[in-house]
Amino acid sequence: MANTSVAEKFRSMEYGAAPEDPHNSLVWLDRFGRRFGHFIGGKWRAPAQGRYFATADPSTGEKIAEVAAGSAADVNAAVKAARAALPHWQALTPHARARFLYALARQVQKHSRRLAVLETLDNGKPIRESRDIDIPLVARHFYYHAGWAQLLEREFPDYRPRGVVGQIIPWNFPLLMVAWKIAPALAAGNTVVLKPAEFTPLTALAFAELCSEVGLPPGVVNIVTGDGKTGAALVVHPDVDKIAFTGSTEVGRAIRRATADSHKKLSLELGGKSPFVVFEDADLDSAVEGLVDGIWLNQGQVCCAGSRLLMQESIAVPLTKKLQVRMAALRVGAPLDKTTDIGAIVARVQLERIEGLVAQGVAEGASCWQPDVPLPARGLFYRPTLLTNVHPTSVVARTEIFGPVLAAMTFRTPAEAVELANNTAYGLAASVWSESVNVALQVAAQIKAGVVWVNSTNMFDAACGFGGYRESGFGREGGREGMREYLEPVWLLKAPPLRARAARSRRRTQAADAARVIDRTVKLYIGGKQVRPDSGYSLECRSSTGALLGETPLGNRKDIRNAVEAARRAQQWGSATTHQRAQVLYYAAENLTQRGQDVTARLAAVVGRKQAAEEVRLGVERLFAYAAWADKYEGVVYSPPFRSISVAMNEAIGTAGVICPPEAPLLGFLSLVLPLVTAGNCVVAVPSESYPLIAGDLYQLFDTSDVPGGVINLVTGRPGELLQVLAEHDDVDAIWCYGEEKLCAVAKRLSAGNLKQVWTNEGRRINFFSAREGEGRWYLDHAFQVKNIWVPYGE
Amino acid sequence: MTPPTPQRLELREQMAELPLVAPTGQREPVMQLQGRALGVNTGIPLNLDWIDGVRINTSAVERRAATLLARRTVKKDWQVAWLLRAITCMDLTTLAGDDSDERVRRLCAKAMQPVSGSVKALLGIDELPVQVAAVCVYHLFVETARRALRGTPIRVAAVSAGFPAGLNALTERLAEIRHSVEAGADEIDVVITRAHVFAGEWQRLYDEVAAFKEACGKAHCKVILGSGDLATLRNVARASLVAMMAGADFIKTSTGKEAVNATLPVGLVMARAIREYCERTGMAVGFKPAGGFRSARQSLDWLALMKEELGQGWLEPRLFRIGASSMLGDIERQLEFHGSGRYSASYHHPLA
Repeated sequence: MANTSVAEKFRSMEYGAAPEDPHNSLVWLDRFGRRFGHFIGGKWRAPAQGRYFATADPSTGEKIAEVAAGSAADVNAAVKAARAALPHWQALTPHARARFLYALARQVQKHSRRLAVLETLDNGKPIRESRDIDIPLVARHFYYHAGWAQLLEREFPDYRPRGVVGQIIPWNFPLLMVAWKIAPALAAGNTVVLKPAEFTPLTALAFAELCSEVGLPPGVVNIVTGDGKTGAALVVHPDVDKIAFTGSTEVGRAIRRATADSHKKLSLELGGKSPFVVFEDADLDSAVEGLVDGIWLNQGQVCCAGSRLLMQESIAVPLTKKLQVRMAALRVGAPLDKTTDIGAIVARVQLERIEGLVAQGVAEGASCWQPDVPLPARGLFYRPTLLTNVHPTSVVARTEIFGPVLAAMTFRTPAEAVELANNTAYGLAASVWSESVNVALQVAAQIKAGVVWVNSTNMFDAACGFGGYRESGFGREGGREGMREYLEPVWLLKAPPLRARAARSRRRTQAADAARVIDRTVKLYIGGKQVRPDSGYSLECRSSTGALLGETPLGNRKDIRNAVEAARRAQQWGSATTHQRAQVLYYAAENLTQRGQDVTARLAAVVGRKQAAEEVRLGVERLFAYAAWADKYEGVVYSPPFRSISVAMNEAIGTAGVICPPEAPLLGFLSLVLPLVTAGNCVVAVPSESYPLIAGDLYQLFDTSDVPGGVINLVTGRPGELLQVLAEHDDVDAIWCYGEEKLCAVAKRLSAGNLKQVWTNEGRRINFFSAREGEGRWYLDHAFQVKNIWVPYGE
Repeated sequence: MTPPTPQRLELREQMAELPLVAPTGQREPVMQLQGRALGVNTGIPLNLDWIDGVRINTSAVERRAATLLARRTVKKDWQVAWLLRAITCMDLTTLAGDDSDERVRRLCAKAMQPVSGSVKALLGIDELPVQVAAVCVYHLFVETARRALRGTPIRVAAVSAGFPAGLNALTERLAEIRHSVEAGADEIDVVITRAHVFAGEWQRLYDEVAAFKEACGKAHCKVILGSGDLATLRNVARASLVAMMAGADFIKTSTGKEAVNATLPVGLVMARAIREYCERTGMAVGFKPAGGFRSARQSLDWLALMKEELGQGWLEPRLFRIGASSMLGDIERQLEFHGSGRYSASYHHPLA
């Protein structure tokens, strides 16, 4: 019998349907009766309030299963289980923990297809992606961290795990985010309570079963499903030691505020509006494929999606045409079909958001182009979209759309490309296309982003840290720096709380007041100049016995504003060579040695002769130490499984505000400001409240030591007031606040605005007189941010 | 869905103004690319700026080649259809030192009946005309093949001009091409002097290919780049462009005798060069990967590469050939499996 079907297809040469069979994953769902409880203490538990919610296949709208709606009681049970599991888990040898992580990697691989299909069913992403990208990266993450578990004691000898970790993950890479969160936490010896996203809870639950299958001790991994309220309960739970969150910048801010009053360590991986920069000497066809991988991966629902196309003017026309031709060949359709390039948008609310933002962009003048590709009759789909006539003022150029929408703009010169690339509140990733190694690396170094892919995009590996600059969050996932997020120095955990300063004796003596006559006039130090305070007021500075030592200017918000502007103008310090920075520090050490006796004598009135001498002696040593570190705190060259040079480059964060601790007015100041300056940051420091007069000695030291103006700025005054201005200032990139617990909480809460990196002593007393506690990598780790640059090579 | 904006039309016009030299010869449309009719390639003067502007990023090309195959697949009846199509695009080839007239006649017999009647019956496609596109032999066997294939549309292709090294004197190579054409070859597969590429002597390469083309007369000129020898993708792209400018009807990856045969990254670079040439000149050039193909799967990969990068036009023998011999046997086995549901053994299928 003639087979007309084959004959027709022989003529049409279409691809036809190639569906992945979901049978085994559906059987798995049926085994649970399509209804899941929480996974707590190694057991499936019904939700305390008995409520469930549905999760649906976004490509059809059909309900797949029901999962438990987590309440505060469920979260509490999970945290309890995690706490209970902690002693046993930490008592295991690193090797024993390594074996569990290795077993999880193996188990993921053994069930890789079931997990991939489940992911696609729940999320709507094409099966090609879940099969070829997500799940292999999940396995790789566990293998890689099995290695860290094994090497923990040797590679992090003075560190201890945080304890119970709360983790909240998004819906765009559901299982991959499980791996990114759980693998390093377990490798470091923590136990975990993880809340998967409301839209995509299923693979996290499947992972829970894998944990049981490999015999992971009960309570080490707990999964609580639910919505934002469940996540909020986890964030505020008092017995959680760390929160790791991936999601929107908006929620990240809320978490920053909600955890401000606690000692919870925080890592946030948030949104992005990543630039995709194409120079005229790029391989344009490859750049177009880069865009396919950059903005049309996972329907553009990727935090590091290359959503802003910046084209050099000379190639804008041919590149746009190539792009349109390519877009017309993209296949939008059933996620389980193996030939689908673009699957379903995760939820109606997300689809509406995309539609709304594109409409707004068009209303603002953007031209919208979509290929005439067919869409499935039902389900949540959106065509690949190119917006041109977009300008930096357009909403579509500034707002994260989180959809398959590319906003294109042009630039004239490399400098303008960098300027446009950095014209965003975010700083997660960037992609740079040029066949010139000079152009590519120069631009990669200048773009403010945690990851820069040269001639490539969306490349990930467990060995390479991932995380953002600016409002894309802080902390890194993957690599050595990712492990640090789950560890803390042993000595820090043992440090005693800093007690509130005893009220100063108000007793005044005639003799002391006589000092007024011989006092030097201490001023503020801004932009390398001594300046009077805007307020025109001064504060008395008294010794421990109540003697008046002098008066210091009362700095206010305008002085801080001026200091931050001076710091911004001095950012060239960040591109000075490490040798130059070391020279300045050595010179300062020389000069402090020379002035040592005078400084000691003045400081002695506050801290006593012995401590004053010690502070000066160790201060010189600290200057030497950071001069030494300057050219020895090196980046890393990674070995991901690609033919690529992947470097982790340490970069300055930018402008840092420093609130100096009340103890050790000189040594405390130097211990905080020096690592920041060594790293190339510019600093606005508020000297110790107990002896702000130290500012006078400090700026004389800096003036004579060739510290460029604006690199270190000193504003004396009331630390609480000045901290508020610094923490709320959007052009300050980091705050180091060393003080009492309440002050630290203020620093964290108020810095949520631009999500500046906050580092505090958590209200603890740090022994700056010990080099182990007061100096070294722990400080430099916080003074730098890591940029990962991927440079695939080959001719 | 937003309708195309005027901006898009503007783009088109600008593209049309890109520097190109109007082809002088025949403009009979042979194919369409992105909705535009393309003529037969008659060549253009050598454009050195274009050659200099070639940018190829090897890592990115490799990534695309790898993911392209993961993005596309054909199953069931579609796979049958695609495998049959691959056969119709095949240059069934024998280029061995021990080739004989009998060997060539056997190959021709297979070329005329590449899928056995029993397999066709199993698949229900008796009516479907399935024959290979051409038989490709050494010059010495052109007449043998010509006679064996008389009365069929199957073309005879000859590897001429000092194949596979191509290092004979140019006059001798041109003479050999003419002999092959006189002997009845419809197509000439001819290899370039790779040294011209290494030395960047584009004018000499251009002149050489132009001379080949002229010697070919009405026969199709299929220019082999020897991509394995050229070593870099940039060389491949530049040699592709020069060959097309000089009037090549097809560009072909390999002789099959280099250490590395046709790879997908090389194919991708050549396909993109063809696309660029077509867009800028309005003339179509065919593509032929060759060398070392064994599996049916490879034929599907190359078809998918063509469909994705160049479009439907390059799924037809007019513009796409795949040079192979043992691949056909594997395709037959796959076809039988589709028909019977049982995996097939190679000895069930008539030898080529």
